Amino acid sequence: MLVDVHAHFYHQRTPRADWRERNESRITAGAKIGISVHVASILGSFGLTSPTYFPSPRDVTAGNDALLALQRAHPDRIRGYVCVNPNYGAHARAEIVRCLDAGMIGIKLAASRRADDPLLDPIAALARERRVPVLQHIWQHRRHDWPGQEASDASELCTLARRHPDVAFILAHIGGGGDWLHSLHAVVDVPNVYVDLSGSGVDGGMLEACVESVGVNRLLWGTDITMETGWAKLRYLETFLSKDEMALVRWKNAARIFPPGAFPTD
Amino acid sequence: MRIDCNAFLGAYPWRKVPGTSPDALVQALERTKIDFAWVTHLPSLFWRDPTEGNAWLYETARKEKRLKPVPTVHPGLAQWEQVIADAANAQAPAVRCDPLYLGLEPAGGEMRVLMAACGAARIPLMLAVRLEDGRQRHPNDRVPELAAAAVRALIRSDADVRLLVTHADRAFIEEVHFGSTPEEARRIWWDICWIWGPPEDHLATLLDTIGPERFVFGTGQPLRLPETSIAKLDLLDMSPDKREAIESKNVRELVS
Repeated sequence: MLVDVHAHFYHQRTPRADWRERNESRITAGAKIGISVHVASILGSFGLTSPTYFPSPRDVTAGNDALLALQRAHPDRIRGYVCVNPNYGAHARAEIVRCLDAGMIGIKLAASRRADDPLLDPIAALARERRVPVLQHIWQHRRHDWPGQEASDASELCTLARRHPDVAFILAHIGGGGDWLHSLHAVVDVPNVYVDLSGSGVDGGMLEACVESVGVNRLLWGTDITMETGWAKLRYLETFLSKDEMALVRWKNAARIFPPGAFPTD
Repeated sequence: MRIDCNAFLGAYPWRKVPGTSPDALVQALERTKIDFAWVTHLPSLFWRDPTEGNAWLYETARKEKRLKPVPTVHPGLAQWEQVIADAANAQAPAVRCDPLYLGLEPAGGEMRVLMAACGAARIPLMLAVRLEDGRQRHPNDRVPELAAAAVRALIRSDADVRLLVTHADRAFIEEVHFGSTPEEARRIWWDICWIWGPPEDHLATLLDTIGPERFVFGTGQPLRLPETSIAKLDLLDMSPDKREAIESKNVRELVS
């Protein structure tokens, strides 16, 4: 069993003319890697009619609808995070209820609002009520604002996580750029923050630092937009983790924080 | 056979990196079934005189046959030509020069003279676009990334020089390849360590549009996990012949 906790799919209302090929490529590569379930999100229109990280409510809904359709088309293979923009609080909460009722299993917060902002509290409260995890897009040690996103770093996510100790938060793509060591120091004593191993970064020493920081019980495997790096990390982890520890990283930790029945063998 | 043309020995100044000793690198080669690695002395890339790491590199490679030395040359220093001669005598597969790390104009006069010397000596020149993701570099690590324009200028500066460019992504490779004549492009080899696999499929696209003969197996280890380059080949639908070309044949062609 292998759960990818950080996947993305595209749809026809995005700038990608090759959206079908990219979606197909993820499924095909996933089969080679042995991915049992892709837990995915769609960030609105990915920039076509509103910015990727600041999606309009209309685009948020369209993206979530597209993901629900993919989930229906691949019921054994694809699960969804409902993506929301917290700046539109009422829409975000309604969208979460709608999409979780339709079978999605988590909430995706990208970079529309800083993670420690009070606007995120009602979303976290809903996550607790529905017992779903929140995947938060993270810039590992954001030293300044980057164009196109209101990115959060681990310290800001930890502030939110401390306010909502009963909610599982997933720190996105530790290999996704930035100073991962800063993040790993920040999350050490925040037990409801889990580290997602995805991202294009495959730095020597990063995985050892992840294990040292949060232990195998708080690591989640994922790919994001580079699947070969995910597979490489899996192969490398196998060289120094036990079989039982690998099972935690591969799927058991995910099964613990996602709703019961989210995954086939759960 | 699998040859990693892009590996390092020694400490990195900007963060702790495990596995930088010769023994650790050989263990990593064992683990990943890599037969040989072309190695550069990493610390000296940051020294005023980077050639001061070459003696240790040669000595290390003499003791461990799986490691092939790629010494560093600094064309702004006196008697730099001796590095080329020493490399040829030691049968080094290539020399390397990362001009921006040395404070040189990447396509300036010193680099052009170096191109001519490498061309004349028939020894390939290796240079890296980057060593780390720009988003994660140490705040004081401000060396710019190599520009595609510099590689285009360098390959045009000498008719015989052959370049091995490491850590380049798809956009960089396309810009240089299709911005060069076919004859120029045939003298450039690209390592695959920074090219994305699925679902973006950059490597598959480049193998289709440019052809497999221009690509060689490289990892950037131990700064990067060598498993990544293997995984991206495993994810391709490719014939054993093409895979062999990327993993060893093309790089042997480069040094022939």
